[in-house]
Amino acid sequence: MDQKQLATDLDKAFGDLVAEFRDGLYSGVRRLVPQSVDAEDICAEAFLRAYRALADMALADIRRLDLGPWMWTIALNLSRNAARRRARKPWVRLDPAWSAAAAEGGPESLVLDRSHVETLLEELPHGQRAAVVLRYIVGLSYPEIATATGRPEGSIKADVHRGLERLRRSEAS
Amino acid sequence: MKELEALATKAPASLTPQVLLETGLADGYVTKPGPAEGMFVAFNERGISAVQLGTDAAAFEDWFHGAMGRPAFAVADMPATLERRFDAAVAKGRVGTLPIDWSSMSEFQQLVLRKTAEILPGQVRPYSWVAREIGRPKAARAVGTALARNPVPVVLPCHRVVRNDGHIGNYAFGPEVKRSILEHEGMDVGGFEAMADRGVRLTGSNTTKIFCNPTCSDARRTTARHTVEFHSEDDARQAGYRPCKHCRPAAAA
Repeated sequence: MDQKQLATDLDKAFGDLVAEFRDGLYSGVRRLVPQSVDAEDICAEAFLRAYRALADMALADIRRLDLGPWMWTIALNLSRNAARRRARKPWVRLDPAWSAAAAEGGPESLVLDRSHVETLLEELPHGQRAAVVLRYIVGLSYPEIATATGRPEGSIKADVHRGLERLRRSEAS
Repeated sequence: MKELEALATKAPASLTPQVLLETGLADGYVTKPGPAEGMFVAFNERGISAVQLGTDAAAFEDWFHGAMGRPAFAVADMPATLERRFDAAVAKGRVGTLPIDWSSMSEFQQLVLRKTAEILPGQVRPYSWVAREIGRPKAARAVGTALARNPVPVVLPCHRVVRNDGHIGNYAFGPEVKRSILEHEGMDVGGFEAMADRGVRLTGSNTTKIFCNPTCSDARRTTARHTVEFHSEDDARQAGYRPCKHCRPAAAA
């Protein structure tokens, strides 16, 4: 997407930002929040906060922004708070046709048929879980994860390593 | 790591509309029964942004995107207050407290449509009346264009403006629909057009010596016995009549 346009014409470019990050954000958030929390709502809230932040940001700051990690800083905070926070009330409810479309073969159907690795992932400590999810499901690089989480790259690598180790061990047992 | 990578999925289709609606980068719309077929009603946080008659949702969405430069998504409900005010506005034929999103309209178009909204249901005014009332007496043609492009028809009653020759004229959704809305509002369209065919543009009362637009509520109170017909303002003035202060059929002299 055109990050320069994000600075000069936010309203026009924001749709592109949503299109670019929606699948990655949703894939990751879904593995980071409890099953009772709607990952779609968390993602919507993350985009909403991103929009408000961008609207208040100086042009030069927007151009310098590392968008992927920045979106994930927002999404990670929201995911962590999700369990504690009251369910978000959307401003409008979408036409039921949208959820009907999602129900047939959409991502929701996958939840019913949970694989072993999904369950194992949920049992990891939060730091390791986030590191593994961002590295392998979302596909961020180590420097990107370090920027997103505000932790040193070395710690991220260690968390990914330990997380994977645990997944393998549990899988074997 | 294949098992982990396989956990990546597509976001639900509803995520993008949800985000764009809440950031105000898209409008929501609902379908309501309209004066003819169905009626699409689009809105955002500023108010009602568009009304279109029809039943083809894809055509409406295309039209909206083209006219407004942003998408519209179908939503389950309008916010309750907005819906209550919308239904009241349609039922009464008056905008009242209904918020309108004027942002897609030029200043001139807003002026024209705000003036048009002062015409009460059951009544009509010619294009030249709107032009004179907004202080642009020579802009009757531009008034016609502004009305033809009214993004919020029915609510902003462009159907209550008729041709200067007294014929009800065209409508974005066809002249028959215009006629049926006017009749539904209590106007005798046939009688009005028959009078226009006789060349009558104004009517007066020979007891008050006041002349009116033929659909003015004061004109309609006058009994047939006391009603006089005029072909023009000059005609009426020469007969010693003055213009009505309610419907202002001519600039006060």
